[in-house]
Amino acid sequence: MTGRDENIQETHQTELMSAFEGDIPLATAGPSAIRRLGRRYVPAVVAFFAVVLIWEGFTRLFGVETFILSKPSEIMASFFETGGTIWGAGFRTLIESVGGFALGTLFAVLTSLAAARWAGFRDGVLPLAIALNAMPIAALAPIFNNWFGSTNVFSKMGVVAVVVYFPVMINTTRGLLEVDPAEVELMRSVAAGPTQVMRRIQVPNALPYFFASMKVATALSLIAAIIAEYFGGPQDVLGQYIVNRAQLFQFPDAWAAILVASIMGVTFYVLVLIAERIFMPWHVSLRARE
Amino acid sequence: MTQAVEARRLGKTFGRGEESLVALEDVDVSFAPGDFISLIGPSGCGKSTLLRLIADLVGPDHGELKVNGKTPRQARLDRDYGMVFQAATLLDWRTVRKNVELPLELMDFGADARAARAGEMLTLVQLERFADHYPWQLSGGMQQRVAIARALSFSPSILLMDEPFGALDEMTRELMQQEVLRIWGETGTTVVFVTHSIPEAVFLSTRVLVMSPRPGTIGDEIVIDLPRRRDENTREDAHYFELITEVREALRRGEKSRE
Repeated sequence: MTGRDENIQETHQTELMSAFEGDIPLATAGPSAIRRLGRRYVPAVVAFFAVVLIWEGFTRLFGVETFILSKPSEIMASFFETGGTIWGAGFRTLIESVGGFALGTLFAVLTSLAAARWAGFRDGVLPLAIALNAMPIAALAPIFNNWFGSTNVFSKMGVVAVVVYFPVMINTTRGLLEVDPAEVELMRSVAAGPTQVMRRIQVPNALPYFFASMKVATALSLIAAIIAEYFGGPQDVLGQYIVNRAQLFQFPDAWAAILVASIMGVTFYVLVLIAERIFMPWHVSLRARE
Repeated sequence: MTQAVEARRLGKTFGRGEESLVALEDVDVSFAPGDFISLIGPSGCGKSTLLRLIADLVGPDHGELKVNGKTPRQARLDRDYGMVFQAATLLDWRTVRKNVELPLELMDFGADARAARAGEMLTLVQLERFADHYPWQLSGGMQQRVAIARALSFSPSILLMDEPFGALDEMTRELMQQEVLRIWGETGTTVVFVTHSIPEAVFLSTRVLVMSPRPGTIGDEIVIDLPRRRDENTREDAHYFELITEVREALRRGEKSRE
């Protein structure tokens, strides 16, 4: 199963994330489990604080101007002072991301199922989809603003949905099609029809591909929402907040907004990871063994 | 009486033109219900092809083939046979019990009937304690026993086995042979068993069909007139060794006639 995973990684982002994706435990018990957890996470926590300390020390020691690189202490001060504003903006950006993510994933899964079921549809639509995937989709944002109106939340959700659609659709289709021929033969020997093969072999086989692509899509959806916001629309969203504070030379505020976006991105990712654990206990246990 | 399997001048060629390979040529066989038939021969002799023709996993090019008096396709759709492949082919995402239940799900058995039947089958292969394990938690021999339980879960009248113990070590293999004989005795199923091991074929079968390659044909048939109840002592029996010699010589004759 992990061999299949390696084929799925479409962007380097997943590779980066897969370094720690298998390691978040759901249930832990006993002192040995705690020790194991400690061994696993202590290095990451230490590294995080080391980076922050070096950052702080570097900016103080060399007197780096705040508009070049704000100090972590300034960023944290802004983060707590402007907390209500940035979290409110973050929430509205999150709605765009999650809404677009849900729409994009839904359409991707429907396309994948149709492509796996009907060869004609597959041969017609897949090459087109792969060609469209090469398009820089963020460039569509002004056009979506024109279609839906820049203040309409669907203008942002639309960009997010299109960004999410392609990796999820391409990977899920691959998962539905790259099944073990021996399993298909087994199903034939017990007189299973195409729908039964789909439900009992192809769909379970595609789940690891589906979740891997969704994990990529969590980060993509926030990136797409913020970029779409740069092209205009309501002012009380993260993208506009970052642009406005940067124009006013309030860089610690911009950094604090980026911090909020990062926290939301990690949370979103972890939620998909938990969903993966719930829906595919067998897969996670296989990985844990290896 | 309707034969479990009956073939007349059965032939199968793979590929076309110069690249083509005659996998089977003019094969006539007749397997009686309750028989334990082994197909043995060197690789390329068409033994697996014959099994796959019976299973309707490939179609014949010429000749006639009847399974329980029906076309192989109809027999497959009627679930007249259960098949055990060389690899256990268990579904990773299902527990042992759910793997055994798979054919029953396709046949629309209710949940209770499925669970009861799977329980019986796991008792038959002595894996009831492992019902809730996932396949990767089992050894190769245990996985293959699950595959046998799955193949027998819907009580087919024929069990097709394609080198099922080829990947197992010798000790496990002998245990599995005992197991298969016991199951065969308890269920009365007709078994068609493909192997390249001479002792395995002799130990298990009522009849051994010796096949030879290029093109695949059936040469000698050796009736194994050992008592039906066989155990570890059978492996020490003088007549057992005579039969092994007989099969080995038949295999040599098959190869010589091609040279």
